[in-house]
Amino acid sequence: MPASEPASATARLDDPSARLLAGLQATGARHRDAVAELHSLLLRAARFELGRRAAMLAACGAAELDELAQESADEAVTAVLAKLDSFRGESRFTTWAYKFALLEAAVRARRRMWRGREVPTEPADMGLVADRLGSPHDDAERRELLGAIADAIRDELSERQRTVLVAITLQDVPIDVLAERMGSSRGAIYKTLHDARAKLRRALAAGGLAPGEEPR
Amino acid sequence: MSDRDIERLLGPAATELGCEQCFEALDRYVELELAGAEADEEVPGMAAHLEGCPACAEEHASLLALVAEEE
Repeated sequence: MPASEPASATARLDDPSARLLAGLQATGARHRDAVAELHSLLLRAARFELGRRAAMLAACGAAELDELAQESADEAVTAVLAKLDSFRGESRFTTWAYKFALLEAAVRARRRMWRGREVPTEPADMGLVADRLGSPHDDAERRELLGAIADAIRDELSERQRTVLVAITLQDVPIDVLAERMGSSRGAIYKTLHDARAKLRRALAAGGLAPGEEPR
Repeated sequence: MSDRDIERLLGPAATELGCEQCFEALDRYVELELAGAEADEEVPGMAAHLEGCPACAEEHASLLALVAEEE
């Protein structure tokens, strides 16, 4: 074992994973064979992900689905090769590599499903919030909680926070689709969502309406 | 509006990882889960993030299913 390699990395590598990783780190024909094997594995993972979304991708033909899978596998192979040095052996190499293919395929599937659909990227209309949060069928305590949430969305959040919170949680826009339309990243949009949620929780707590508990 | 809808609006109360940290730890977390280990103790903040982030939760479910299928 090379001195620079963590003991846990070698100990956790099972044979097929270790062979593939060693091939990718090699040169010449062995490297090329390993890249082809990686592509095949990641194509299978991409097809697995798209298969899980088959109902939602029903509008896609077989050729388009295959193209999505191939693109996902291509991008995932590039990502895996670029990040190979960051693999620390904390899981099997194949498990580590699969996540790149699943991410690529999932993001492509979500964008495909939302192609041509309007995505709200402007500050949310409070009328929509009122419609979703105001139900005459709820009891008084629930109405008080929902009213306080609607007030906090209107009064406590920045325009960007309101846009992101409403799009993701009330309009079911996938975070990757929203990130693409807003020229941002999943991580940055989630941070905005997280901050917005924290403000809502603080506002509810200040009003004695701790979430998950009976309103006082 | 259902309790689940309210949970989606308010997100998890517990401290959670961000999306990048979630992706970083996802392979390890999934293998810990499949091994029956205390994944949530080993990767603090992951369970809360998966509760709060629908996209990361979907990819977690996929990786778990894919690796489980191979075992």
